[in-house]
Amino acid sequence: MSFAYGREPALEDVSLRIAPGEFVALVGPNGSGKSTLVKLLLGALTPGAGEVRVFGDSPAKLHERWRLGYVPQRPVLASEVPATVEEIVQTGLLSRRGWWRPLTRADREAAHHALESVGLESLAMRPLNELSGGQQQRAFIARAFASEPDLLVLDEPIAGVDAESQRRFRDALVHAATEHGAAVFLVSHELSAVAADLDRVIVLKRRVLFDGPATDLTASGVSLGVHREDLPLWLEGLR
Amino acid sequence: MLGLGAPYPFDLGFMQRALVASLAVGVFAPTIGTFLVQKRMSLIGDGIGHIAFAGVGAGLVAGVAPLWMALLFAVAGAIGVEWLRSRRRASGDLALALFFYSGIALGVVLVSLGGGFDAGVLTYLFGQPLTVDGGEIASILALGAAIVATVIGMRRLLFAVVTDEDWSRVAGLPVDAANFALAALTACAVVAAMRIVGILLVAAMMVLPVASGQLLARSFAGTLWWSVGIGAGSVIAGLAASRIWGLAPGGSIVLVAAGCFAVVAVLKRGSGRVPFAEEAA
Repeated sequence: MSFAYGREPALEDVSLRIAPGEFVALVGPNGSGKSTLVKLLLGALTPGAGEVRVFGDSPAKLHERWRLGYVPQRPVLASEVPATVEEIVQTGLLSRRGWWRPLTRADREAAHHALESVGLESLAMRPLNELSGGQQQRAFIARAFASEPDLLVLDEPIAGVDAESQRRFRDALVHAATEHGAAVFLVSHELSAVAADLDRVIVLKRRVLFDGPATDLTASGVSLGVHREDLPLWLEGLR
Repeated sequence: MLGLGAPYPFDLGFMQRALVASLAVGVFAPTIGTFLVQKRMSLIGDGIGHIAFAGVGAGLVAGVAPLWMALLFAVAGAIGVEWLRSRRRASGDLALALFFYSGIALGVVLVSLGGGFDAGVLTYLFGQPLTVDGGEIASILALGAAIVATVIGMRRLLFAVVTDEDWSRVAGLPVDAANFALAALTACAVVAAMRIVGILLVAAMMVLPVASGQLLARSFAGTLWWSVGIGAGSVIAGLAASRIWGLAPGGSIVLVAAGCFAVVAVLKRGSGRVPFAEEAA
């Protein structure tokens, strides 16, 4: 699959597949096409050549959208009016339950379970804008968890969050993959928190430079805790 | 209307009619306003009010009830603003300005063709709840009931969309439908409220109670309830003040709502809540 913005190629001959329950990380320097790949996966963009299929369908026409959970990089959340963590997380149920249906006890329990999985159950009734950045990001992960998706796409979800939130974040993703069998597609510059849990790492720089077990990458001397500024240096070694 | 036992200043029939119609506005305007404020489109009611004024003018020229022509113009204008915004053909405030100025200009031209700025036209501009008749009350109550019922039915979808539109789109929620519905509901609210507080002040009843409510509440649902309570309270106090001191009722209602916000903002500043929230990361 390839994609270009006008005449500027963003992705060239990218081919990859994610299996159910697989925990995959995507890394690459700024401008490598990571965000473009996520947009193609979500159906926000259409490839110029080739195709993207999610659960067998084109992402833009995916009927059961709830099967695709998404945690954006930096949610621009309107916050003029206070909204509790629970109110935000419950919106994650709408696409699966139907927005017109009243929430049942089972729905509320599903939202509570999602909050528990990120360690925020005690803050359910707190206004979201009173939480730290890391706690807010965990609330958005819980929102994505609420519909119990089969594929979870996370775009730089732990950028700038504290160590405690990173640990909770790792536990939540492992829980989603192992307990619920969800495939996890994590786009991040910082993988140290989840390095031991990854099934595959994909290194992208417009093309796929590496696609394999994380151990193969670390055996070649690459640290998965690499800082984003260091990425171009060790990427050169993969050529 | 409320019976002979209603206390001063609501002891007379015209005050009771004004109270019923105004209370409806005090409930449905903040209800829709809570979603508009969350969407950062607090001023859209003002813009749609100016489009509604063109409808009033068209009604006068055509000899049709101004309320229904205003509703037609306002709904069409609101959907036009949303269409421009959603297609990124103009930014939100520019789309609003395009319709805002075109609407007011068309209104001025049509009103001049329809006989000029008489007392009837001024009633729509500045509001006059003390002269509403039974038919107007029925129209306001019907529109208000439709607005509140629709918002209740769509509240979860509207909340998701106004809070995080991009995520809602990825989640497969009907974002465009929700935005168009919110625009149309706003137009209905503007037209239903214009006879009470006037086109020039109608947006205030959508925004000011919410400004107070969001300081008092710690949830979206709580903000909605506080806003409706403050809206209804402002109506009662404003109407009472207008009778007691002979003030313009529409302006009095809005000034009470503004006064509420000032008091709440001062009290909440002392307790650490900031009146104008920062954007969440």
